Amino acid sequence: MTSTAQAPRITPPRITPARVANSEWIKLRSLRSTVWLLAASVAAVVGLGLLFAVVALLHLEAGNGLGSVNPAMISLYGVYLAQLTYGVLGVLLITGEYATGMIRATLTAVPARLPVLWAKLAAFAAVAVVTAVAALLVSMLAGQAILSAKHSGASLADPGVLRAMIGAGLYLTVTGLLGIALGFIVRSSAGAIVTLFGIMLVLPVLGDVLPSSIASHIVPYLPSNAGMAVMQVHPGAGTLAPWAGFALFVGYTAAAVVAAALLLRRRDA
Amino acid sequence: MIEAQGLTKRYGEKLAVDDLTFTVRPGVVTGFLGPNGAGKSTTIRMILGLDAPTAGSVTVNGYPYAELAAPLREVGALLEARAVHTGRSAYNHLLALAATTGISRRRVDEVIGLVGLADVAGKRAGGFSLGMGQRLGIGAALLGDPATLILDEPVNGLDPEGILWIRNLLKALAAEGRTVFVSSHLMSEMALTAEQLIVVGRGRLIAAASVAELTSGSRHSVRVRSPQAAQLRDLLAGPRVTITTAGTDVLDIEGVDSEAIGRAACGRGIPLYELVPHTASLEEAFMELTKDDVEYRAGTTAGTGRSA
Repeated sequence: MTSTAQAPRITPPRITPARVANSEWIKLRSLRSTVWLLAASVAAVVGLGLLFAVVALLHLEAGNGLGSVNPAMISLYGVYLAQLTYGVLGVLLITGEYATGMIRATLTAVPARLPVLWAKLAAFAAVAVVTAVAALLVSMLAGQAILSAKHSGASLADPGVLRAMIGAGLYLTVTGLLGIALGFIVRSSAGAIVTLFGIMLVLPVLGDVLPSSIASHIVPYLPSNAGMAVMQVHPGAGTLAPWAGFALFVGYTAAAVVAAALLLRRRDA
Repeated sequence: MIEAQGLTKRYGEKLAVDDLTFTVRPGVVTGFLGPNGAGKSTTIRMILGLDAPTAGSVTVNGYPYAELAAPLREVGALLEARAVHTGRSAYNHLLALAATTGISRRRVDEVIGLVGLADVAGKRAGGFSLGMGQRLGIGAALLGDPATLILDEPVNGLDPEGILWIRNLLKALAAEGRTVFVSSHLMSEMALTAEQLIVVGRGRLIAAASVAELTSGSRHSVRVRSPQAAQLRDLLAGPRVTITTAGTDVLDIEGVDSEAIGRAACGRGIPLYELVPHTASLEEAFMELTKDDVEYRAGTTAGTGRSA
């Protein structure tokens, strides 16, 4: 160990956003729970995609048609399950720190605090978008190959298919980012997960109970409905336009991130 | 150098830290001493910018902690409550912290060796004993080779060998010219480790002095054994003298030094079999200093009882 106390102090290397992001990346990859949740997410997307493709194939072989179901959508159904795993992963990235006390080490290392929030969002977004889009691509190519046995497979070149697939990956990513923001706001794993599931899963159900005259003004604008508009190959009448819906979902998430940032700055750790 | 000015923290009704002003200088180990609940950990959290003061301010090397460009390289901190994710290995924990200011992997390896965790560096920190957890925390504090170290109860959970290790480490770090600030509720430990002391009770500053000053400034007594103890007692009695009987023919005398007692006894021809000056240990000095706090606390409790 060298003495730094009495020698003239050389300006020490500073904290930089890239270094904090690197720190968060190390944290993300060095927890078993992260790795398992990512594996579960990929398995959900690919597994459910293939399962539904096989079911659809059997349905076709029995001489039935697919009806109103778009064949490409079959390969995206895993998103309904994976939104939970990505959301929980986002929550745990921060609530795991509050639960164990790690947050105090984190904020002592980066006392400006906000760089930690940005770095967690960035590290998660990078990992989530890559894993989600890759899993969806595998699900899509394999699933449509199965369906093509009955000449019902869709192609990525078909209108809306590529956009729906990329959009589904972005939807999963932003769901996790919302989880991170809620984690910073609520600080407990259980509380943040319940809040996230309430917003993403329970609100749409409650919306469906509303009288249809009111529901049509509310339901499409609920966070998960708005966000999922981007993964519809052929947007239905009751949903927002794909990118408009996704932009609204990003807006909700951005609002949660702003709240998280304000609270992170203000509260005692 | 750590400087606190009127540092105050209020949690609702409770004043955890009350107008603390003190300076911690480089080159010596400074002990931060007080009973449990005296506000030591809260003060340390405020130094590190984890908790915002209700009033007052505290700086490290002249800057609020949050404004340091590379905090880990300037200040190393060990927090009392464990600050480690239980699911992450010791190595990755240190690596993640080091990354924030670009500290090298080589330094992480070096620190792991320094704190004696080389054999378990790849194991999850959740399985660590309290002592191993403390060593990991101290490793995190040393990562950036900082000029200032702030350690909250570092000997907690360490075995005797570990306590000796941390004691020598702290002294060596201070001898290199670093500022070393160590909290403890164990006066005996501080007596062996620290040179300077900041004593707090119920969030207030009770004393800031060197260990030598604290023990000398407080109670001195002289133990005297004489067959004519009663006569001696009458002879020495005075407004600023306290004499207590400690046994047959044995007196503990405060307020008169041993020379004066010896001369007075000689003058009256009173034989003395024992004449032993006794300086209060740091432990006794500490009890003496915090006595008022304990009494005050008892009074508060009684008051609550009546109103309930």
